[in-house]
Amino acid sequence: MRNVRPYDPNSTAAASAENANAPALFNQRVKKANTSALGKPGIHESAIKHVTGTAKYVDDIPELPGTLHMAAGGSAYAHANILAMDLDEVANSPGVVAVYTYEDVPGELDVAPVFDGDPLLAPGVTQFVGQPIFLVVAETYEQAQQALPLAKVEYEPLPANITLAEGLAGGEKVLPDNVITRGDADAAIASATHQLQGEGYIAGQEHFYLEGQISLAWPTEDGGMHIHTSSQHPTEVQKLVAEVLHIGSHLVTAEVRRMGGGFGGKESQAAVLACSAALAAYHLQRPVKYRLPRRADMERTGKRHDFGFEYRIGFDNEGVIAGIDLTLAGLCGCSADLSQGIVDRALFHADNGYYLNQARVTGLAPRNHIVSNTAFRGFGGPQGMLAIESIIDDVARAVGEDPLTVRKLNLYRPGADTTHYGQTIDQLVLAEIIGSLEQSADYWQRREAINGFNSSNTYLKKGLALTPVKFGISFTSTHLNQGSALVHVYTDGTILVTHGGTEMGQGLYTKIAQLVAAEFGVDSAHVQVSATRTDKIANGSPTAASAGTDLNGFAACNACQEIKGNLIEFAVRHFNVSAEQVVFANNQVSVGEQTISFAELCRVAYMNRVCLMAHGFYKTPKIYFDRATNQGHPFYYFANGAACAEVIIDCLTGEYKVERVDILHDVGRSINPALDIGQIEGGFIQGMGWLTSEDLLWDSQGRVISNSPANYKIPTAFDVPRHFHVGLYEGANPESTVFNSKAVGEPPLMLGIAVWAALRDACASVAEHKFNPRLDAPATPEKVLAAVNAALAFTEEGSSNA
Amino acid sequence: MIQFYLNGQPHSVDDAEPSLTILRYLRTSKGHLATKEGCASGDCGACTVMVGDYQQGSWHYRSVNSCITLLASIHGKHLITVEGLADTTQAERLHPVQQAMVECHGSQCGFCTPGFVMSLVTADENNQHQPLTEEQVLDAVSGNLCRCTGYRPIVDAALSCTTHAKNQALFYQAEAPAPVASADITTASGRTVFPTSEAELLAAMADMPNARLVAGGTDLLLEQTQAFKTLRHLIGISQVPELKAIQVEDGRVAIGAAVTFSQMEASLADTCPELIQLLHRVGSRQIRNQGTLVGNIANASPIGDSPPFLLTMDAELELAGASGRRLLPLDQFFLDYKKTALQAGEYIRQVIFNLPGDEVFVRAYKVSKRYEDDISAVLLVVRWQVVDGKFSDVRIAYGGMAAIPKRALAAEKGLTGAPASEATIQAAMAAVDTEFTPMTDVRASANYRATVAKNLLLKAWLEFSAGGQSASVWQSPLVREVSQSFGG
Repeated sequence: MRNVRPYDPNSTAAASAENANAPALFNQRVKKANTSALGKPGIHESAIKHVTGTAKYVDDIPELPGTLHMAAGGSAYAHANILAMDLDEVANSPGVVAVYTYEDVPGELDVAPVFDGDPLLAPGVTQFVGQPIFLVVAETYEQAQQALPLAKVEYEPLPANITLAEGLAGGEKVLPDNVITRGDADAAIASATHQLQGEGYIAGQEHFYLEGQISLAWPTEDGGMHIHTSSQHPTEVQKLVAEVLHIGSHLVTAEVRRMGGGFGGKESQAAVLACSAALAAYHLQRPVKYRLPRRADMERTGKRHDFGFEYRIGFDNEGVIAGIDLTLAGLCGCSADLSQGIVDRALFHADNGYYLNQARVTGLAPRNHIVSNTAFRGFGGPQGMLAIESIIDDVARAVGEDPLTVRKLNLYRPGADTTHYGQTIDQLVLAEIIGSLEQSADYWQRREAINGFNSSNTYLKKGLALTPVKFGISFTSTHLNQGSALVHVYTDGTILVTHGGTEMGQGLYTKIAQLVAAEFGVDSAHVQVSATRTDKIANGSPTAASAGTDLNGFAACNACQEIKGNLIEFAVRHFNVSAEQVVFANNQVSVGEQTISFAELCRVAYMNRVCLMAHGFYKTPKIYFDRATNQGHPFYYFANGAACAEVIIDCLTGEYKVERVDILHDVGRSINPALDIGQIEGGFIQGMGWLTSEDLLWDSQGRVISNSPANYKIPTAFDVPRHFHVGLYEGANPESTVFNSKAVGEPPLMLGIAVWAALRDACASVAEHKFNPRLDAPATPEKVLAAVNAALAFTEEGSSNA
Repeated sequence: MIQFYLNGQPHSVDDAEPSLTILRYLRTSKGHLATKEGCASGDCGACTVMVGDYQQGSWHYRSVNSCITLLASIHGKHLITVEGLADTTQAERLHPVQQAMVECHGSQCGFCTPGFVMSLVTADENNQHQPLTEEQVLDAVSGNLCRCTGYRPIVDAALSCTTHAKNQALFYQAEAPAPVASADITTASGRTVFPTSEAELLAAMADMPNARLVAGGTDLLLEQTQAFKTLRHLIGISQVPELKAIQVEDGRVAIGAAVTFSQMEASLADTCPELIQLLHRVGSRQIRNQGTLVGNIANASPIGDSPPFLLTMDAELELAGASGRRLLPLDQFFLDYKKTALQAGEYIRQVIFNLPGDEVFVRAYKVSKRYEDDISAVLLVVRWQVVDGKFSDVRIAYGGMAAIPKRALAAEKGLTGAPASEATIQAAMAAVDTEFTPMTDVRASANYRATVAKNLLLKAWLEFSAGGQSASVWQSPLVREVSQSFGG
């Protein structure tokens, strides 16, 4: 089914003009943007608050009298026994009110999200540099920080595994090996016309949300705790705070109005701050704020996993894969955290859009003495995809074909449409997307032009690549695929929605408001989406896996439909019409011949004792997975896209510039094209940053040395390609999602792989594409220069042999 | 006491701690929470505010990182925060920059947004409300990080602000300030003073022998905001008129200790283009608005961007103290890592150098992971002339290659008097190898530094041979072509 929506270039302007001219509904300070109808590019519901600085983040909540500030003392060693800890001077430091260690935790010490292994405060043995070993509470933020160095801690250092190689050699695992097998990969490789093997390394990524991690804990009169947290998973914060304090979940409320960015970094990592602040607030019965300084945030919270990969592949003369044996090893850090899902997702995306044929894909999860790595936009998927894209490039250069040709030949296709984990790809759209982009981006003409440029330039070389993205949508932990929403309709016709998802900038609240407004046929100015709170929505899932709108939007629509059902049933009785004669549109309700305002209907319904609030629930259908056989249908559907990138590199320094990028991406039927384009562009630039300038580094002692924005460089406006074309693929989601839209949060990050592949293409051009230079990610100027020099050495060797 | 205008209103602070920053004052003392802290190190721009100086009858504005700017430094000035731009009781009273940011979907999480708005409003103000070019926009936001949008809509918003001319500036106007005495704050924990003459400066240094001198503070303040040390005694030099001058006379340039990089960019663009081009790579717009050339020398970092240039110009420092003034060649100033020849009680008064003539070839190269606002892995400045086919007047200086900014004396010697050829350059490259033992750190490996140091010398030669034509990836034309479509 294709749903064609003509693009109206004036729609943004039209939408905002309409908003500007709309009469004020209510005599109130209009701080909320009027968002638009479904399918229209309305502005973010908080846009005006953002630009005026009136949008409140946790640190902007006015401090109650007596609010204290927290800081944590961290382990100096990656792995050590704590022999003695003298905190007297810390306690006597100016302004310090209290000092706590693990012994002060009344309940559960472990705050791990899934498996055990993440103590709130290290109990005797430390597992990474900076691991919290004690907490300081002081009158001011500075006083708390200044007290930390006064601690006298005696350590017995233990052997520490810092690098992935050390972790693998050490033999300890945070999770068992996981192998997904189809057929006989070894035999297929052995009997293929060509074989190739290789390896690569993909470094992780610091989230660098602009708002650092923060929690504010208020003790309540019932012996409980109200937590304002910058968290993607308030329910988990609630649960863990309750466990740490050994009180019931019903006494703990976690509240999130918005985050200043999350990107996965506030899925499990926010809990440590919340639980620490709650611990002190519980003991002192005073409000406690715990805000991490940027440096501590960068040193002590988990990041995207580094992955190493090794492969053997067999293929025919055209580069079509016969079999592959691919091992992906994730740098999980000191505990499991969310690594099971992350390594699994890397394995699930080791095909990207390609039919792997006979396959053995192995995931390894060694233990290292570094901070436990965690969720980051894509959740392992990007690393699996980068591995296979790198391999496809290797194969293409081995058979002497353009990588795009080999990519197209290996795409899932009729007859070869089942993944190595047994899911059939129902919607085979990548060929169409790639074909369309190939044309709009002039791939082949530019390939010619670039070849010409490269043959006439010695020190500057250009590269080009077009890479696809196919990303599975659903949590691979099946139980998380549920959403809830609570909709209140008041007698003035205004609507308050609370749902289980959190707003981190992605526009979830805006989309929910659009969906709810559309259900009732009212303007979205009638709809307010409230802060996400665990006392409104119980047992929520994290806002993650790109599933925020799919789950909570559908739940909100279900709640609306229940209320609408009540209203229709009432109208049928009250106005003596048939159900079909009750129509909600334009802030009004038609009941037969008569039209009344939506507010009037609500008022009359209330007077007649009709329930105007409802809870909506949604669970994703069709998904199942058998971990024992590693086969099933873990994803409800796939989001697709492709990017074409052109780069220019300097062969003397390795510096480079991304010159042009064309993107075509599939968001199904867009609920809000402006927000979706925002996710695509932002995700692409974040993916590009991951693979280019963002260089996450530890020293040999396990200290994060890229611990500040001074030495960890995310892209700036200058790095955005001057030629940047982004389009939405026209096509509704064939699955019954809200508005037949598709999830958009994570998939576009992987469009950034095109930049990395283009850089490697430029490096390979030095050896006329006859050599596969190793280019580990991120492709910093240093790594690009090394790849260029490797290609040069290959060429010189070739010419001296000849 | 510190007096200034805050969003148009006269404002005074009596009880500030000596080292209080603008950001901490706004957020903690004033409860003005619209300005955000992203990093507290001047790297992300979320805390950007606008500071006005009243000069020659009008206000001149610049964007600064409020997280690392002393509150005492805005004594007598006008501080404008995002709260001062719009009347938020009425949605339509947004500043045109804010309006454009809304309409172009320039915010997602919104945390960096007030900082972007302030950077762009400052650029708009300094451009007399004329439409900004893309180059101006990128310059204005070079110190603002956004992790959500990918920047395109922010740049679009800035470029689409074309209706400004019709609007008068919307933020609160401040009257001409009454003359104010020097800022001087004394508390139990310490003292900060901002002298307004060189005589006062000397007196303050005599009074406070343990005080740290601060110009822009873009490096010094990190001790407080990153290491949480308390800076107890500070003497600010940014209000000393004698130190704020740039003098160009007979090809001789003298730059005072309180001269910011932005001031140099504004007045030396034609006089010394190679230096100004290099300065575009120093920090960000906000940092260049605060940071000074002399501060870049005085902190003696091995990776300061300007010292290698000044070394190739045979720059001299004028040092001053209670006992008088003396001149010291710059290459005798740097003794070892973060150690200089500055004596107790002395300060750098100005840096002086002769401009190279048109016949002199000068090139500066900075290599880092990111183009904007990054610290060099390697920085090379070369200077030479070719007379009768031979190199002369050769200077080669590197940053990032040793514990101090350092001239490559062996390579210079190898070139001097030798035939101007690639073979000579290759020999000099080999000399660089023997002369430097760079280190591995977070920015680059020793091996990369050594390779690039040599290759940059070759690059300079290639560009010289090509008649000065640049062969760099940064030279691509700045033509913007952006499109979006909602259907393939």
